[in-house]
Amino acid sequence: MNRNLIIGLILSTLAILAALLSFIWTPFDHVAMNIPAKLQTPNLTHWFGTDHFGRDIFSMIMVGARTSIAVAFVAVGIGMGLGIPLGLWAAARKGSYVDELIMRANDLIFAFPSLVIAILITAIFGAGAVNAIIAIGIFNIPVFARVVRGAAMPIWEREFILAARVAGKNAARISVEHILPNVLNLLIVQATIQFSLGILAEAALSYVGLGAQPPTPSWGRMLADAQTLVSIAPHLALIPGFAIIITVMGLNLMGDGLRDYLNPRTRVART
Amino acid sequence: MKHFVSQLALASAMSVAGFAAHAANTEITVAMQLEPPHLDPTSAAAGAIDSVLYSNVFEGLTRFMGDGSVVAGLAKSWDISDDGLVYTFILHDNVLFHDGSTMDAEDVQFSLNRARADDSTNAQKALFAGITDVSALDAATVVVTLDAPNGNFLFNLAWGDAIIVAPESIGDIKQAPIGTGAFKFANWVQGDKIELTRNDAYWGTHAVLENVTFKFISDPTAAFASVMAEDVDAFVGFPAPENLPQFEADPRFQVLVGSTEGETILSTNNKMPPFDNVKVREALAHAIDRQAIVDGAMFGYGTPIGTHFAPHNPAYVDLTGTSAYNPELAKKMLAEAGFADGFETTLHLPPPSYARRGGEIIAAQLAQVGIKAQITNVEWAQWLETVFRGKDFGLTIVSHTEPMDIGIYANPEYYFQYDNPAFQKLMTNLNATTDPEARTALMGDAQRMISGDYVNGYLFQLAQLSVAKAGVQGLWTNAPTQATDLTAVSWAD
Repeated sequence: MNRNLIIGLILSTLAILAALLSFIWTPFDHVAMNIPAKLQTPNLTHWFGTDHFGRDIFSMIMVGARTSIAVAFVAVGIGMGLGIPLGLWAAARKGSYVDELIMRANDLIFAFPSLVIAILITAIFGAGAVNAIIAIGIFNIPVFARVVRGAAMPIWEREFILAARVAGKNAARISVEHILPNVLNLLIVQATIQFSLGILAEAALSYVGLGAQPPTPSWGRMLADAQTLVSIAPHLALIPGFAIIITVMGLNLMGDGLRDYLNPRTRVART
Repeated sequence: MKHFVSQLALASAMSVAGFAAHAANTEITVAMQLEPPHLDPTSAAAGAIDSVLYSNVFEGLTRFMGDGSVVAGLAKSWDISDDGLVYTFILHDNVLFHDGSTMDAEDVQFSLNRARADDSTNAQKALFAGITDVSALDAATVVVTLDAPNGNFLFNLAWGDAIIVAPESIGDIKQAPIGTGAFKFANWVQGDKIELTRNDAYWGTHAVLENVTFKFISDPTAAFASVMAEDVDAFVGFPAPENLPQFEADPRFQVLVGSTEGETILSTNNKMPPFDNVKVREALAHAIDRQAIVDGAMFGYGTPIGTHFAPHNPAYVDLTGTSAYNPELAKKMLAEAGFADGFETTLHLPPPSYARRGGEIIAAQLAQVGIKAQITNVEWAQWLETVFRGKDFGLTIVSHTEPMDIGIYANPEYYFQYDNPAFQKLMTNLNATTDPEARTALMGDAQRMISGDYVNGYLFQLAQLSVAKAGVQGLWTNAPTQATDLTAVSWAD
């Protein structure tokens, strides 16, 4: 285990634990407003203070973690669910029109910045957490398709694939039984990175009002709400900001660490 | 030599500073949130047009003052016939349009006839509905005949929609407005600013300021920064009430807190079940804690209202008691109406913070009594399309900023679709009444009727919040109409 992996694991676990814990316990009801108690700085009752409606920020951060993680998790799931089969298919038919079609369609999606795609989708279908998930998910498809295709192609040249062919397995079966297990470590690393990008994308969409709608707490919208209040109550912006930084940094460190850990060459070099 | 150079630099620096201070005395940059879509006050509902042009560039026969009173404008005096049907206006002499042509009775005739014509695009055609004839007796005398006495007629003529325009310049009015006011339109950089210059041929008291720039800053954070950095001299209708205490504590600035004609209401679709049931609407009213909304959404700026009427109006009746906050009563009434388990509805919120923040608070308050209001944040264009024209909504929050607009409740087609013949009759009576005391009584009845029918959730009267540099004097504190009258504004020395 390397240092990056440990720090990354701790930080990400923190966010995931907060999200899971919020299902059974938060210090306060995260939607309960108490306007006379608004804009309190962090104190013993409200550990992270209260927002402009007197809601408990600690509770909102916990439930917000749930929103962020759920959106990113499902979005990465969509990306993997569609991107991996497409990538495997393209690699199996390397050079054919199927390969061309899949990869050029991927290029098309990839050429748009993710946020632009997301804004387009939410503009057509309306703002909301579900549409944010779809938008971020679509952006993830080409990422996984490319990674899988790139990693799968050299494996197709290996002797054991030839052996599998001789044994009479078709391309689809070879892809699932022999190619996929060999690219899995790369996918895990990529998924971790995409997960952190998904959390950032969710925050960005919520910030511009296209993510989860109130009263569902979201870190991005907490930042947006804090915008005009930042000069009188900086903690309103700092706390969700740090929550995003910690989670994204944790996932990135974990991705880096996993890459080193799962790569036999670097693992040998470090021990 | 070196000494000489530094002295020269100092001298030139001083002269530049001196020049700047002098120039600042007759120039002002006023910021506001919304930019006008075009510059014709007589063909659009957009208040931003009046905010720039009313009184500054365009004038009507009568006009609003900052305290809400209606005084003579282009009409020097008038005479009303005993039956209240014929108004004879005597116009001021020597009034010139900015293109040099004379403003006379024919221009008035043209303007009023244009506003009331069948194909008129005037946003407030109802103001002119009672006019049966406009004729010019001579160059300075106009006779207006009504079909019935109208106690509001002089008030109606003060609106920005009733300003006097000239037939020669009407074609280009949307881009190059030609009026009679103390300022002339000079330049419009779309998306940024509109510039006005002083009209030295003005018929009345000349303005002190020579050059006026209106800047449009829609983002509340940018608004705060622009005032703090002293990029603008004043911000009229400051969008972030949470920042006002900082300006109040800063000796460089003054904060003006006044009233507007903006009744901020939880507009309710009276035709959409379950809101067609008065019990449900009454429950809704009791579920709302107004003070919490004023404190939470407006940081304390705003006056709670219990009906659709401005509290500063002498005829206002305080009816907040009939819809006092009482969630237990609300639950009981919902149960009586057959909604013991509550119901679901939509809550459309336009961009201003009174709506977005107020909406979140109201949704939380409604949730307490079992009503689940699904929040949908919309832009203004979308709001006009879906809510105002499409009437496809359950609840929405909006501020009705037109002065004395209780008459909208007499229009069953209006977006909240209140259809009560008794109220419509009351409004007809009110319009036909000229006696001030009788009018006050009728206006009280009207307020009580819509309050008793719980047509909408009445929240609070929007406050007019402006920030200006300490030296600016003469700005309107209140907003009796949408206007930024700079004709009497100057800098203190």
